[in-house]
Amino acid sequence: MTQLALVIDLNVCVGCHACVTSCKQWNTSGAAGPLFDDNPFTKDPTGTFFNRVQTYEIGNFPHTETLHFPKSCLHCEDSPCVPVCPTGASYKREQDGIVLVDYDKCIGCKYCSWACPYGAREFDEQDKVMRKCTLCVDRLYDETLPEAERKPACVLACPTNARLYGDVHDPESEVSIAIREEGGYQLMPEWGTKPANHYLPRRKTKVHIHEDELVRVDNPLKKEDIRHETSTEVTLDDWLM
Amino acid sequence: MHPAFSVIFLTTLIGTGQGLFLALFSGQTYSAVNLLPAQHSSFYITGSLLALILLIGGLMASFFHLGHPERAWRAASQWRTSWLSREVIALPIVMGLVFFYGVFHWINWEVDLFGNQLPGQVTLIIGAMASVAVFLLYLCTGMIYASIKFLQEWATSLTVINYLLFGGASGFTMATAIAAYNAPTLVGFYGSWAIILTLAGLVTRTVSLYRNANIKAVSTVQTAIGIRHTQVQQKAMGMMGGSYNTREYFHGKTAAFLKSIKYIFLVLVFPLPIMLIVAGMKADSSLLLMLAFVVQFVGLMFERWFFFAQANHPQNLYYQTI
Ligand code: SF4
Ligand code: SF4
Repeated sequence: MTQLALVIDLNVCVGCHACVTSCKQWNTSGAAGPLFDDNPFTKDPTGTFFNRVQTYEIGNFPHTETLHFPKSCLHCEDSPCVPVCPTGASYKREQDGIVLVDYDKCIGCKYCSWACPYGAREFDEQDKVMRKCTLCVDRLYDETLPEAERKPACVLACPTNARLYGDVHDPESEVSIAIREEGGYQLMPEWGTKPANHYLPRRKTKVHIHEDELVRVDNPLKKEDIRHETSTEVTLDDWLM
Repeated sequence: MHPAFSVIFLTTLIGTGQGLFLALFSGQTYSAVNLLPAQHSSFYITGSLLALILLIGGLMASFFHLGHPERAWRAASQWRTSWLSREVIALPIVMGLVFFYGVFHWINWEVDLFGNQLPGQVTLIIGAMASVAVFLLYLCTGMIYASIKFLQEWATSLTVINYLLFGGASGFTMATAIAAYNAPTLVGFYGSWAIILTLAGLVTRTVSLYRNANIKAVSTVQTAIGIRHTQVQQKAMGMMGGSYNTREYFHGKTAAFLKSIKYIFLVLVFPLPIMLIVAGMKADSSLLLMLAFVVQFVGLMFERWFFFAQANHPQNLYYQTI
C-alpha cells in the first residue's frame, strides 16, 4: 500500500505563500480547466484555491511566536468526505491513496464539504463542482517531466523546503523518517480521519552553555604562568645600554 | 452552517407531504377496521394529490441546491455508503407509491385479496408499502445530517426523531384542514393526532435545544493546528476577500438574530398551531384549521433555518479572523 502525502515543517515555514501561488498557477492551467477567480483585481477578491497559508500568534506579548500554517486537503486515510458522496465523484485512489473528485460526475451538492472537518474542499462557483487539492496527480506520473519535477507544485516552489513529499507508508521514505524523528503529528486526530499529511512542530534549537565553558577553570596558560622574582643584580643588558 | 433556502424548502415540503400521506393512510386503516367512518374516495384522491404536490415541490427545491442538476441521476449510485444517495432513491419511491395510492383510489379497483369483502384492499396494500417508504425517507433525511459526526449539533438520534415528528405534525395539521373541507367526520381524529405529534415534537426539540446548548466542542483551535498553548490567536486566514470556507459554514448573523429566530419558531410551530387547531375544531372553522397549517409550516421553515445555522462546523476554527 502506498499513501502519498505531504509533510509540512512548521519550524521552517516563513509564510511566503509561494506554495499557494504555484499551486494556483499549476492547477488553473491544467486539464480540468481554470480555477475560478471573482473580482481578482478589485474589492473583495475571491476564488477557488487548493491551498491556503494562515497565520497564528501563539502566546501573549512579548512572549509570542508567529506560526505560519499551510492548509490543504490532508488526503485522509479514513476520509469522511468519500463515503458521503452520493454520485461516487469523490473517491480515494487504491494505488496511492490520493483523494480526488471526478469533475465530470460531481453534481455540486456540497455534501462532501460538510463532511470534511478541515474545510479542505472548495466549491467552484463557476464550474459548479467541488474542487480540492489533487496532490498534483497530473505531475506525479508524468514521464515527460524530468524525474526531479514529478512532485507537487507546492513542494517544488517552497523556498525554505518546508514541504516534504513522499509515501508515508514506506518506513524508510524521507517523510516517514521526518514524522518519526521530528515529532510529526496529524490535525484533529479526535475524529479518527487519519490524515495522511503530517505537520512537523516548531522546534527550538537550544544551546546549553555552562559557565565552565566561558571561564576555563583549568586554563593551562595560568598553570604555566610561573613568574620568577626579577634579579636586582647587574645584567648583561645593563652593560650594553 | 449557512442555511440554504433550497434545503429548507426541500426538507419542510417533503416532510409535510410524507406526514400528510401517513395521515391519509392511518385514516383509511382506522376506517377499514371500523374505528372511523369510511370516507368517499375523493378525500383520499385530493389528499394524495396534495401530498404529491408537496413532494414534487421539495424535489424541485432540491434541484436549486445542485450545481449540476442535469447529472442528478448519478446520485442514486452510492446507496451503499451515502445517506444522501439513499434519500435520492427513497424520494421517488415514495412519490410513485403515493401517486399509485391516489390513482387506485380514483379508479376504485376492488379485489378481494384477504377474502373478507373488505373494501379498498388494493389501496391498503399500496398504502402500507408507501408508509414503510415514508418512514425510510424520514430516516434518510435525518441521517444525512445525523451521520456527520463532527457536526455535533446534528450528530444525534434526536435529529431523525425531530424530522419524523415535525413532518408528521405538519402533515396531520394539513390533513385536519383538508378534512374540514371534505371529510368532516375525520377532523377530530386528525386534529387530536396533530396536537399529539406537535406536543411530542415540542418535547424532542426542547431536548435537542438543551443538548445543543450544552455541547462541549471536541475540536479546538489547539487540535486544529496542533499547538499546545492556551493562547492561540488567528491573525490571517490566508485570503482577504473571503472564500467558500467563509461563506458556506457561517450563518453570518448575530447571536441575537439567531436567538430571535429560535423564539419565533418555538411560538409558530408549537403553541400557536395547537391553539388554532383547538379553536378551529371548536368553532368548526376550516379557515382556522388552514391557518393553523400555514402558521406551523412557516414556523417549520424558521425551525429549519435555525437547525442549519446552529450547527458549528469544526472548519470554522481555521477561519476565526474574517
Ligand atoms: S482533508 Fe477533508 S477533503 Fe481531504 S481527505 Fe480529509 S476529509 Fe477529505
Ligand atoms: S459536491 Fe460533488 S463530490 Fe461532493 S458529495 Fe456532491 S457530488 Fe460528491
